[in-house]
Amino acid sequence: MTNWFQRFGAAWITVFERLGRAHLFMLQMLLALPGTFRRFGLIVKQLFATGVMTLAIILVAGLFVGMVLALQGYNTLVGFGAEESLGALVALTLVRELGPVVTGLLFAGRAGSAMTAEIGLMKATEQLSGLEMMAVDPFQRVFSPRMIAGFIALPALAAMFSAVGVLGGHLVGVELLGVDAGAYWSQMQSAVGFEHDVLNGLIKSVVFGFVVCWIAIFEGADCIPTSEGVSSATTRTVVYSSLAVLGLDFLLTALMF
Amino acid sequence: MNTITENGSTLVRIKDLHFQRGPKRIFRGLNANIPRGQITTIMGPSGTGKTTLLKLIGGQIKPSQGSIEVDGLNVASLGRSDLFALRKRMGMLFQSGALLTDLTVFDNVAFPLREHTKLPESLVRHLVLMRLHAVGLRGAKNLFPAELSGGMARRVALARALVLDPMMIMYDEPFTGQDPISMGMLLELIKTVNNALQLTSIIVSHDIQEAMSISDYVIIVSDGVVVEAGSPAQLKGSTSEWVQQFLNGLADGPVPFQLAAPDYADELFNSAGDA
Repeated sequence: MTNWFQRFGAAWITVFERLGRAHLFMLQMLLALPGTFRRFGLIVKQLFATGVMTLAIILVAGLFVGMVLALQGYNTLVGFGAEESLGALVALTLVRELGPVVTGLLFAGRAGSAMTAEIGLMKATEQLSGLEMMAVDPFQRVFSPRMIAGFIALPALAAMFSAVGVLGGHLVGVELLGVDAGAYWSQMQSAVGFEHDVLNGLIKSVVFGFVVCWIAIFEGADCIPTSEGVSSATTRTVVYSSLAVLGLDFLLTALMF
Repeated sequence: MNTITENGSTLVRIKDLHFQRGPKRIFRGLNANIPRGQITTIMGPSGTGKTTLLKLIGGQIKPSQGSIEVDGLNVASLGRSDLFALRKRMGMLFQSGALLTDLTVFDNVAFPLREHTKLPESLVRHLVLMRLHAVGLRGAKNLFPAELSGGMARRVALARALVLDPMMIMYDEPFTGQDPISMGMLLELIKTVNNALQLTSIIVSHDIQEAMSISDYVIIVSDGVVVEAGSPAQLKGSTSEWVQQFLNGLADGPVPFQLAAPDYADELFNSAGDA
């Protein structure tokens, strides 16, 4: 019995110790920001690696999600004779929820896992130690540029996801199922408010970008520097950041709407 | 046996060093002085913490007790900016080379210059080419680290470590896994670089013959303390059985071939059911 208690306690201590390390790590990343902005080229490079390289999957996913939304929404709305509201339904769902959330999940899988693996391998091949021994702060050089890049990239990607989704909805709803184009766009325009919907969606995606990058970079820097350690850190990044995105989405939705 | 006779000035002074990782005590009262301007090799069995010692000297980890002074500065008590200033004066060569994989050989060598100096690009180019020429790899300047052999990567890393004109260089297992030719090149390079640039070199290695051949001073570490230290000739004449076993690579001696175990015959015939 005491043995069980001991193990239970030890497990929680490990969890909190790691959480503490993660927060200190975050603090160090923030402190390194001024130095990072002096290396603007690094941020641009990371924006390309995380943002531009994720764009294709985001656009394709956005198109399909918009198309499915229109299909499902039409089938339900037509029963009430309310298919004119399709535009509002598609746009609200995307801007408020699916845009930030699905982008966050895809970003964690595509860019987050890559960040963890890259940083983990840099640790395993002593590149991070090497930087430190060359008197170069890895936070300024490696971690913070990735943080800033993710922070900028995710909201931009989420906006593009929603935009393409709305077009996908138009494709299916208007072109295929015959909803009136004027109704589709005007209903959307009157239903979607900038502050209430667009801005709140943007805030969500900013929060998700921050959390996903934090988890991904920390997992990479904190991994056990072996091939096994890097692989399990990559898995943890995808699992934890997906859960964090979904959990925070609930929390933010409850606070916002 | 832990005291070392001082000859000339000392660059690195290690006093009563204790270090612990988890429950494992790696150093327990290690004392050593590393002379300035010479090649010192730190040897010892695997797992004695030789690489850890380099990390302690470089200030990447802190000792739990005792002190390490480099050029009169206590490494563990330095603030971050002072530590970084000290590190600019020490080069470290990691076992893997630790080259940045997203940069070419040229950019890797130029990296410390671009980070720490405001030299014009034309001068950076000259300095980099000079260092690459010194290690014989000017022809590899446009290659990426993944295209280099292990020995070439180490030579590039040496060029990078030298580019800021440090006062000392630490080599972590520089000879491990090298073919005879690149081994010979590395030995020659370490020796000429040390003499031409009047550096202090610290080598961690267990390639005994190779390391002994270029060292002025050898420190043998085992079980957390210095077992014996002196010139290669002094150590070869050591009366310690342990040192003789280590230097000559004998399979049996004070360190037994058999790990402590119950009686052989007893285990074979009487307790068959246990294992």
